[in-house]
Amino acid sequence: MSEMFDKLILYFQYPFVRYAFIVGVLIALSSSLLGVTLVLKRFSFIGDGLSHVAFGAIAIASVLKLSNNMLLVFPITIVSAILLLRTGQNAKIKGDAAVAMISVGALAIGYLLMNVFSTSSNLSGDVCTTLFGSTSILTLSKTDVILCAILSAIVLFAFIFFYNRIFAVTFDENFAKAVGTKADLYNLMIAVIIAVIIVLAMNLVGSLLISALVIFPALSAMRVFKSFRSVTICSAVSSVICAALGILISILMGTPVGSTIVAIDIIVFFIFFMIDLIRSR
Amino acid sequence: MALISCRDLKLGYENSIIVDGLNFSVNSNDYLCIVGENGSGKSTLMKTILHLMPALGGSIEYGDGLKATEIGYLPQQTQVQRDFPASVYEIVLSGRQSYLKNRFFYSKEDKKNALFNMERMGIAALKDRCYRELSGGQQQRVLLARALCATVKMLVLDEPTAGLDPLVTVELYELIKRLNKESKIAIIMVSHDIGASVKYASHILHISDKCVFATRDEYVKSYKANVSNEEEASDKGEEL
Repeated sequence: MSEMFDKLILYFQYPFVRYAFIVGVLIALSSSLLGVTLVLKRFSFIGDGLSHVAFGAIAIASVLKLSNNMLLVFPITIVSAILLLRTGQNAKIKGDAAVAMISVGALAIGYLLMNVFSTSSNLSGDVCTTLFGSTSILTLSKTDVILCAILSAIVLFAFIFFYNRIFAVTFDENFAKAVGTKADLYNLMIAVIIAVIIVLAMNLVGSLLISALVIFPALSAMRVFKSFRSVTICSAVSSVICAALGILISILMGTPVGSTIVAIDIIVFFIFFMIDLIRSR
Repeated sequence: MALISCRDLKLGYENSIIVDGLNFSVNSNDYLCIVGENGSGKSTLMKTILHLMPALGGSIEYGDGLKATEIGYLPQQTQVQRDFPASVYEIVLSGRQSYLKNRFFYSKEDKKNALFNMERMGIAALKDRCYRELSGGQQQRVLLARALCATVKMLVLDEPTAGLDPLVTVELYELIKRLNKESKIAIIMVSHDIGASVKYASHILHISDKCVFATRDEYVKSYKANVSNEEEASDKGEEL
């Protein structure tokens, strides 16, 4: 046991490990907040769709050799998020089909671009990193950490201050509109926040695993807790704990960060599931 | 001055007009039931009154100090709500969202109002219960309490008794009647149930190709006349 602690203390002396830890926890916190809203609005897969869009955007950015690819990735992902949430209401192509179309399309185009215009010697390694996150989190620079901290703080505060409105719009959009709440505006806000979270979370778990980070904490919390507030708090806490544990384990065992975190999320989900099962007997 | 007066109202979606030339008004203390076949435009009319969709023509005027955003609305339940993890108190309190204006959080007054309306609907004991675990009748009371948080003058109800068993249906009708009589809240109810509409309403709006707006007594009279005409006709048919 003390051996493990020694190893951890040794690792935490390196700044990049500390950065990774801070960023991971921040991302886990902000991604869990809107999970409840997304699950309830039947948008669980939007995270998946958007992350593939972000993947495509990263491919374009690297082809264009942009110095900071976030400048391109954020706008593209945000616009897609707005389009996807819009189409949920009235469009020729219905919600889930639109998500599937955009996500698969972006994935294919992204990979194609990376392949055709590749400058890197280790293409499959690059792609794997973008898809699964693998070790990329340990290569974060100080600027990345600061950017991530600022954006997480914005997401957190936006969520706290608009909590009552987000609840109202999620629970009953028609009622909210009837009493004069600008439901479309708040839907737009939710879309933008989701896009920001997705791009942030790509650094941590890669684009294929983001949905897990968004929906697992919410689904776990919904097994056991009965009010919106307690579900939200519980999913935030469990997401942070899972992320922290996942990062620590991946440092100790040398496993990929993203999939380790998701594996722990799954375990927590089963624990909550069992609690619910035993209680309802 | 009427709370709501509609003149030459034209309703429908983009290219298809469903209802044309609709005239009626609702005064405080009125209890209006909107009846008609499926697809006749009942829900469209209701959504137009609530500003959820625009009218294609004509006008709706709100009077007597009523603002369009101060109408309490009881919608039909959606699939999302059936497994929504929210406590009764959270849902009722969300009825006060129009009072938030530029504030972020609910005030003490908002919370007091939510508790008051829960007591009014007899669900104060359910305050911390989870909405999805309640019975259909209890859920309707929760949504009614939320609607009451949004209004002091008018409630718009969309088939409030759909899916409830007969006993609970009667209870809910009596509850709504009390709100109308004792709290002087005007009621507009979209309903399938002509029997109950005739029993409780003060006015009836029948939407079909030819819309009829009448007080309850006039409506019953003309309805009976129609029925007896038809009976006579069928009697004659038998004789022939």
